[in-house]
Amino acid sequence: MAIPLEQILIQTINGIVNGMILALVASGLTLIFGIMDVVNFAHGDLVMLGGFVGATTIATTGNFWLALLVAAVVIAVFGAVLQATTLRPLIGRDPLTTILATFGISLVLQKYAIWQWGPSARRIQEPITGNFNLFYLQYPWYRLLTAVLAAAIIGALYLFLRYGKYGIWIRATTQDRVMAQAMGIPAPLVHTAVFAIGAGMAAASGVLFGPLGGVTQNIGLDFTLRAFIVVVVGGMGNLGGSILASMFISLLEAYAALIVSPAQAVIVSFIALILTLLFRPTGLFVPTPK
Amino acid sequence: MLTLDGVHTYYGKSHILHGVSIEVKPGEVVGLLGRNGVGKSTTLKTVMGLIRPSQGTVTFEGRSIGGMAPHHLAHLGIAWVPEERRIFRLLTVMENLRTGLDRAGVTEAKRKTMLDKIYASFPVLAERQNQAGGTLSGGEQQMLAIARAMMLEPKIILLDEPTEGLMPRMVGQISEIIRVLHREGVAILLVEQNVPLTLEASSRVYIMEKGVVRHHAPATDLRANHAVIHQYLGI
Repeated sequence: MAIPLEQILIQTINGIVNGMILALVASGLTLIFGIMDVVNFAHGDLVMLGGFVGATTIATTGNFWLALLVAAVVIAVFGAVLQATTLRPLIGRDPLTTILATFGISLVLQKYAIWQWGPSARRIQEPITGNFNLFYLQYPWYRLLTAVLAAAIIGALYLFLRYGKYGIWIRATTQDRVMAQAMGIPAPLVHTAVFAIGAGMAAASGVLFGPLGGVTQNIGLDFTLRAFIVVVVGGMGNLGGSILASMFISLLEAYAALIVSPAQAVIVSFIALILTLLFRPTGLFVPTPK
Repeated sequence: MLTLDGVHTYYGKSHILHGVSIEVKPGEVVGLLGRNGVGKSTTLKTVMGLIRPSQGTVTFEGRSIGGMAPHHLAHLGIAWVPEERRIFRLLTVMENLRTGLDRAGVTEAKRKTMLDKIYASFPVLAERQNQAGGTLSGGEQQMLAIARAMMLEPKIILLDEPTEGLMPRMVGQISEIIRVLHREGVAILLVEQNVPLTLEASSRVYIMEKGVVRHHAPATDLRANHAVIHQYLGI
């Protein structure tokens, strides 16, 4: 069975667009893991909350860009409070305690969402509605815009980490928490700030994703799972690896969807996860450890 | 300035320090000698707030600092150069220095003066400014660790085995920098295995054995009386 070239190209674009949104979620998750060894199982629920806050803001103001900003800021502040109250006391404990804690947070956030916003899906109105011709398809401009926006946010994060004073604090604390503290860097505050940044980025993904898939209280789990796969495949705590792995996994799923149904295509990412864990547990996109 | 009085510390269940009392006066270089595993590094870590003393007091400039977070101690003027150097390996040399420089109250002019001074003492760090810390040689990493601590403009530096594993030429450079710091009035608590260097650099020396201070004397006395060194250190 030959697959037409234009279908492959379409799926490549789809893979890249999905990969960029996923990268936005996963980079927050990996940053948080890297600095405090916490796998945040509530990360997808921060995406979901961001989507709802964004939808509510659009419903009242009609402004998508304002909604993107409000959702990111509100959820970042919420993330900071969450970290300071529930995770900070657990830093340095058995990883199981933080897994249980974030899992519990995830459940609470989902129940809150259903109580606050109800069970029906909210669809966010996209800021630009036009389409362009892609072979036989009318491809929405908005999908491309999400990829560009996600890339811009990740790029801004990179520049901040690379050159900013606080970026250096974050990288130093990630590498050696104790030494960073001995150099006068307030590590507990840095942890909270990183959690807030990750939460804000998750919320932004939720708003960007809103027009594509709609927001319901249960979209979080899917995001958490996919981001988690990406973070493992990319190398736990490795930002560049996670971004590459987001692309890799999303393209893999997009191409698999040419052959099998999209629901079955997800299996491919699990296979990638299992193979990574079996043969290269440090991650695919990191240098071989010496 | 820095006083430990009857300090006991534990790592989990193992009792490491059994009542250590040490004093460092302002601007003084004090040596801490002893065989491996007698608790010298633990003493420094206890001062730096990395281990909480279970008993006894640690005071710095008249205030009790036992159990304070390390970043507060760094702001009070205590700097730590650990035995393993603990360079931020993925950060460049300049970024390693910036971890100490990027703090409130350091103006652009002061920044430049401090960097110029460091680069004058350690020219190799100027050459490697943009290189990742992990790519430096052992001796260069040691210099970076000391330079990084100096960026905090500390009142006291806790210096843990700075010459360990270094070539003789590097050892000379380290003892020179200790002299420079001493001239500038920075106090140093120096943990070392290198006895001649310690006796030369310090004004007073404490000798530890099995988690307690066994002997305490001016360095000049120990230089004259080698029997004590032989008794405790076996050399």
